[in-house]
Amino acid sequence: MFVINCPFCGEREHSEFKAGGEAHIVRPKQPTELSDDEWAEYLFMRKNIKGIQFERWNHAHGCRKWFNMVRDTSNDEIKAVYKMGEKPPIK
Amino acid sequence: MTKNLRVKTGKAIDETYRILFKFNGKTYYGFKGDTLSSALLANDVHLVGRSFKYHRPRGIMTAGSEEPNAIVQLHDKSSRTEPNVRATEVEIYDGLEASSQNCWPNVKFDIGGINNFLSPLLPAGFYYKTFMWPASFWKKYEYLIRKSAGLGKSPTEPDPDVYEHKYIHCDVLVIGSGISGIMAAKTAAKSGFKTLLVDEKPNLGGSTIYQNSDYFKINNQNSSSWLEKEINEIKKLKNLEIRIRTSVAAYHGYNFLLARENLTDHLPVEQRKDKTRHKLLKIRAKKVISATGSIERPMIFDNNDRPGILLSSAIKRYVDFFGVACGEKNILFTNNDSAYETAITLIQKGINIEAIVDNREEVDSKLLYEVEKNNIKIFKGYTVTDTFGYKRINKISIKQLSKDGQKVVGSKINLSCDCLGVSGGWTPAVHLFTQSGGKLKFREDDQVFIPSIYPSDQLSIGSCNGDFTLDEILINTPRSLKEFLNIKNTEYENLEVISSANKSKRNIWLLPSDKVLGKTKSFVDYQNDATAKDIKLALREGFRSIEHVKRYTTTGMGTDQGKLGNMHALGIISETAGAKMGELGTTTFRPPYTPLTFGTIVGRNVGEYFDIFRKTPIHNWHEKNKAEFENVGQWKRAWYYPKENENMHQAVQRESKAARESAGILDASTLGKIDIQGTDASEFLNRVYTNAWSKLAIGKCRYGLMLNEDGMVYDDGVTTRLGENRYIMTTTTGGAANVMGKLEDYLQTEWPELDVYLTSVTDHFATVSVCGPNSKKIVSEVIPDLDFSDESFPHMSFKNAKIGKINCRVMRISFTGEHSYEINIQSNYGKSVWEKCIEAGKEYNITPYGTETMHLLRAEKGFIIVGQDTDATMTPIDLQMDWIVSKKKYDFIGKRSLYRSDTIREDRKQLVGLLTEDPNEVLEEGAQIVADVNKSPIEMLGHITSSYYSPNLKKSIALGVVKGGKNMMGQKLIIPMEKKNINVTVADPVFLDKENKRLNA
Repeated sequence: MFVINCPFCGEREHSEFKAGGEAHIVRPKQPTELSDDEWAEYLFMRKNIKGIQFERWNHAHGCRKWFNMVRDTSNDEIKAVYKMGEKPPIK
Repeated sequence: MTKNLRVKTGKAIDETYRILFKFNGKTYYGFKGDTLSSALLANDVHLVGRSFKYHRPRGIMTAGSEEPNAIVQLHDKSSRTEPNVRATEVEIYDGLEASSQNCWPNVKFDIGGINNFLSPLLPAGFYYKTFMWPASFWKKYEYLIRKSAGLGKSPTEPDPDVYEHKYIHCDVLVIGSGISGIMAAKTAAKSGFKTLLVDEKPNLGGSTIYQNSDYFKINNQNSSSWLEKEINEIKKLKNLEIRIRTSVAAYHGYNFLLARENLTDHLPVEQRKDKTRHKLLKIRAKKVISATGSIERPMIFDNNDRPGILLSSAIKRYVDFFGVACGEKNILFTNNDSAYETAITLIQKGINIEAIVDNREEVDSKLLYEVEKNNIKIFKGYTVTDTFGYKRINKISIKQLSKDGQKVVGSKINLSCDCLGVSGGWTPAVHLFTQSGGKLKFREDDQVFIPSIYPSDQLSIGSCNGDFTLDEILINTPRSLKEFLNIKNTEYENLEVISSANKSKRNIWLLPSDKVLGKTKSFVDYQNDATAKDIKLALREGFRSIEHVKRYTTTGMGTDQGKLGNMHALGIISETAGAKMGELGTTTFRPPYTPLTFGTIVGRNVGEYFDIFRKTPIHNWHEKNKAEFENVGQWKRAWYYPKENENMHQAVQRESKAARESAGILDASTLGKIDIQGTDASEFLNRVYTNAWSKLAIGKCRYGLMLNEDGMVYDDGVTTRLGENRYIMTTTTGGAANVMGKLEDYLQTEWPELDVYLTSVTDHFATVSVCGPNSKKIVSEVIPDLDFSDESFPHMSFKNAKIGKINCRVMRISFTGEHSYEINIQSNYGKSVWEKCIEAGKEYNITPYGTETMHLLRAEKGFIIVGQDTDATMTPIDLQMDWIVSKKKYDFIGKRSLYRSDTIREDRKQLVGLLTEDPNEVLEEGAQIVADVNKSPIEMLGHITSSYYSPNLKKSIALGVVKGGKNMMGQKLIIPMEKKNINVTVADPVFLDKENKRLNA
């Protein structure tokens, strides 16, 4: 049960949030011009890292805003949260 | 006549208050303050249960929550009955009834005891090895095994008690109220931290609170008196909340902890009425201080499990705290100084000690000298090799240990006794620390695992951190607290401490015996009957990982989770396999620390509060008109309205006939409704639906299909253009929240440039749907001012209107294939509009219909239900809905996936209609569809997704998905059922009015 620092609302309980998978996967602007393999790369391929992972989260039972999170999956430490469109503060 | 083993001045006991209770049907008495175990011991009852596998007689072993043997059933056959309760934790009350578990016919004569003599035939893994073959016999084996397995009986009646959940936020949580916990709580609270102190016992003070000998002093006072003053002081602190009888069950990440506060279990049953039994505390603490103490280790020797064998510290607690002697001829067996503390207590209280057996050769210990002064024989460098006595220990054999501790030497000495206290040193209670993700390190000096790396803002102090002696605790605790709380001083600087215990220990995990190991029963896990022999066997058979050895031998898998013996199991594995303890690690400590009742876990979420349910504004009318309801997501929807003795089938046949022949009315308020506004609203719809939206005129409605990015159908519904930049979208009932989430996701993350705003208005509108050939007449009467002519108000269009003074939206849309209207009105007027329609429809026999009829009507028309006819593997092409997929649009969600190599396969499962050879034969939804039943294995082509008897078509109709079904029109297929094969023909999925004459009628 994390305490998550929503960039819009501040610290809230884990139960208010929904996880939304890997972050920084941009939807291709011209999907029709992609090969099956290229499209599959966008559609299906996700990392499953032990360590620092960039994730999307949604404050579903709060402000409904999506934002990004940097989390160490080995100990669940949240390294940073930042708004959509912003560059990750950690590499 | 039983003996009375009370000695005067038990600290916790009120001897003026007698309590009568029953154990195994016999009445005993104890005093207020007794636990069930102390009261039984006072009555000289040691034998309380039988072990799990061998049904060996077992007695009380400890005085705390670590108890493996003395687990009892409370109030058998009542609704409050509870199995697996530790007698050491039950506070007695008038009327308490407890009984032994795992024995038949009774604890003194147990048929299962024969397993003890058969034990050479029951090695580790016996069940795995024996009941493997023949496979077909498993059903018989299982019946017999299940009958003999399991401890205790679960209640069969509903739980009469009430449970609660409570959230607590605090700056500092202190777990455990022993001396270090009290120091921590006082320091934290006085330094301005909002502090919560919890302890699983009914009193504060841990074991120091009854430590009253001259060998342990603080500032020239007995350590117990010193601590008592501290406790009296902290009770006055405003910043400190104290919760007793509160056991922390789980320690999760981010300092989130679950604890169970026990509020009524110590009260007589008649006083529990209207009180909350347990509270599950959900604690979020900024800082956590674990002062969970340590658990005394038993020692592993032959027959170390007989009734009358207790932990030495438990004997001390029973004497000092409860005023109960555990025996009249006591022997203590130890490898460290702790047993001498017990001995001094026994001497003080005038209780006879026959002898002390100490593993160690020569020890310079003040405590030992004090005991020797009292002419008590101490066998130094000796070990117990065997014990005797079936239902109670009556004799032990001892022998001298060789110098290396690997063998026994010399001649055997027999000593008679009725109680044997053992002390194998102490194991820090690091369970919660490791649950939180903490890493342990192994301290070679005294062979203990202690906390090393903290995963969150927390601290372990006292003996759970490996500080076992009074001086260590009093020196290290203030130092740790200052650093942890970031404060300059504590009240505990420069204390004068006398702590006389010698710290030496001679740790031998498995004590040597004069017998070969195979002939011994040296129990490591008392509750599950796992012996040292079993562990060695597991290692011989090739198990190496401690987790595997644990599961194979069941060591540590009882309700006590091996709090006593796990370390010995590790030690034996380490010695046998030649691995270092530190590298071997421990098995995983999992929550809960002590068992929780289901009641505690569910709290108030029982019965009608189990889950939230949503009612439409018209719900009361449905109820009054005897509707049956079905759950759709969290909604309660009217399912059908049986008249008189109608069953569902009869009601649905009547309702659907009426809807087609005259008029039907449906409560469609549960459909998801999303208000979409913004200058890019049309563009947004273009991107989320498969069809085109830019050209939809204001006042028109359109059906839309929404895909996932993988091309599979996600949701559907009708969207209406209310204005230039405003739409109202409807979604499926169950999908509303997810669709809203998905649309928000795309808007916020992929297309932030779009000027679009979404608002969920599902609850704001009630929707009354009137359908059938007479629907126009009915709604015209309800809304007389509106022009309902087909020219002005054609199918798939919308108008604003007023009913009285109230605005409403009327859509001419249809999910049944009939001419129909949906009136959307502010929720609180929903019921009145519904009633107006019913009133106006009387002369047309307007018939309310539920979801079942709605499903039938739409199936006749071949309309899909997302989630029933689709299952996240269906594209619009698979549904034969190519018409709704725009070829012109450059992009929409899921478009690219519609021509992936997999989605363009011709032999994908496709939605088709199915007609049975016998028109009265109704297929079963979910039934398999095949072509050839003679070829084995039979190839499965698909399954039935919807199936009904249509009263309007007077035949059975079904929808199903079939591999390559699109090109199988007219082909014969077979539905193989248990008793017969049903012949079907592939048909068009639209069974009724393909030309839409009825819609436009």
